[in-house]
Amino acid sequence: MVSKIQVQNLRTWYGEKQVHHGISFHVEPNEIFGIIGPAQSGKTTLLRAINRTFEFTAGTRQEGVISVDGEDVKRVRDVYELRRKIGMVAPLPVGLPLSIYDNVAFAPRSAGMRNKGELDELVERCLTQAALWDEVKDRLDSLGTKLSGGQQQRLTIARALSHQPEILCLDEFSIAIDPVTTMRIEDVLKVLKKDMTIILVTNLVQQARRLAARTMFLWNGEIIECDKTEVIFGGKPADKRTHDYVNGIFG
Amino acid sequence: MTMHAEASPTPVPFVVNDAVRRKMKHEKIAKGIFATMIVLMLLPLIGILGYLVSQGAPLISWDFLTTNPAKGMTQGGIWSALLGTIWLVIVSLCISAPMGVMAAVYLNEYARDNWFTRIVNLAVVNLAGVPSIVHALFGMGAFVLFFDMGRGILAASLTLAVMTMPVVITSTREALGAVPMSFREACWNVGATKWQTIWKIVLPNSISGILTGVILEISRKAGETVPIMFTGAVFFKKIQEGDFFAYGLNDQCMALSMHLYTVTTQVNGAPRELPFAVATVLIVSIILINSTAIATRAWLRSRKKW
Repeated sequence: MVSKIQVQNLRTWYGEKQVHHGISFHVEPNEIFGIIGPAQSGKTTLLRAINRTFEFTAGTRQEGVISVDGEDVKRVRDVYELRRKIGMVAPLPVGLPLSIYDNVAFAPRSAGMRNKGELDELVERCLTQAALWDEVKDRLDSLGTKLSGGQQQRLTIARALSHQPEILCLDEFSIAIDPVTTMRIEDVLKVLKKDMTIILVTNLVQQARRLAARTMFLWNGEIIECDKTEVIFGGKPADKRTHDYVNGIFG
Repeated sequence: MTMHAEASPTPVPFVVNDAVRRKMKHEKIAKGIFATMIVLMLLPLIGILGYLVSQGAPLISWDFLTTNPAKGMTQGGIWSALLGTIWLVIVSLCISAPMGVMAAVYLNEYARDNWFTRIVNLAVVNLAGVPSIVHALFGMGAFVLFFDMGRGILAASLTLAVMTMPVVITSTREALGAVPMSFREACWNVGATKWQTIWKIVLPNSISGILTGVILEISRKAGETVPIMFTGAVFFKKIQEGDFFAYGLNDQCMALSMHLYTVTTQVNGAPRELPFAVATVLIVSIILINSTAIATRAWLRSRKKW
């Protein structure tokens, strides 16, 4: 079986500063793949390299191969198609300065969907999946930027689902959400796993433990360990640093 | 018990000692100096405007605005100059506003940071600092002579457009830059092209800043004298009164700024109030245009979406 995502010997740089020092791993279809690690370890950059928004930043450089569905992302002709295949949720909520409805309909419209009925249905489905529909169904015309932080984050998740991605990347999605909503979304993720591959970058190591089938510990741009979540959290990981990190005695 | 009694803090009242008094005095002095500067700056402005209007206003009437100058420009109105300025501004705006805005969009949204963009940026900044006489000579050399347009509204407007383009580019780039980067990234992440992002998100949310820049540019164009003097404006010209389209694109024209120069320095026997009246019309139009800019910006800002 072809891996959903295959990363081979990835090295990245912002100017002179190297972020990744040659990392290789793969993500299986329909698994939740956890990535943990402290700040500055290259988690966000990794996601940005996968959907090729990394290259928008001036002075960046990249070596190695990232393949999605066996195809080198650097050789993909329609990069917009690639990005639609990947739903991306950033750590801080970004409500676009559009109505709630338009926030979710933005991506399908950009891809050419014009049918009002289809759009309505899609918007409702995505907002429901993001556990936001009940709170906003009566005011879809009000501005997405006027929602509270937690609601905006769920709006961001709805938007990431709106282009029906095959891969969903969540970058510390729960930073701006309360614990109850976080749990609701985690339940959603367990359901979504049937339809898509999920990469879960998280600072909450317990979140990875709850959700991920396999977890990768990234530190200073290097993979310390990548194994089944039971192994990483099981008290006997291969590397002592992993053990220290997941048990909160890193220092 | 004793330990506990010792640890309980004695309340300390706010102390006003010499150090505090000195600090407060310095604060007052600083505020006073800055406030004085504002007054010093406003005084001449109010003085000039007040004197101009008080001297010029009596001469201004509907007839003054809508009749041609007469009798060697000592009598009559300013119709041909007023209409000339209006057409110069309109034509040159039609050239510089779209070009400037599009250039700014390219520089801000598409261009990468490389040697080419750096040269363009440098050119834009330097172009803004070039004296108007140099623009005038460039306009004459390029448009009037090289492209053989002859002296006229088109050549003069092109010269004004080149001169004010850096202002539009700079103000537009500032307006675009004020739109948070996270909005763009959110759009790119869902597979929107740069153009879709610009059209749906960036432009609608920077339009107030862009419009302000464009409107301010109008006042600059209306006030310039030297560039049009070399490329299309004349001392005197009689045109059909009351006809808004009295000038053709390649006609030479009069202009308010140039007319002011003429009646002040070149004409004998004009009433003393005439230059004041011309200046008043010019300044009041510019203030009106600038006020539109401020009102537009305030209105659009009140609709700001984040």
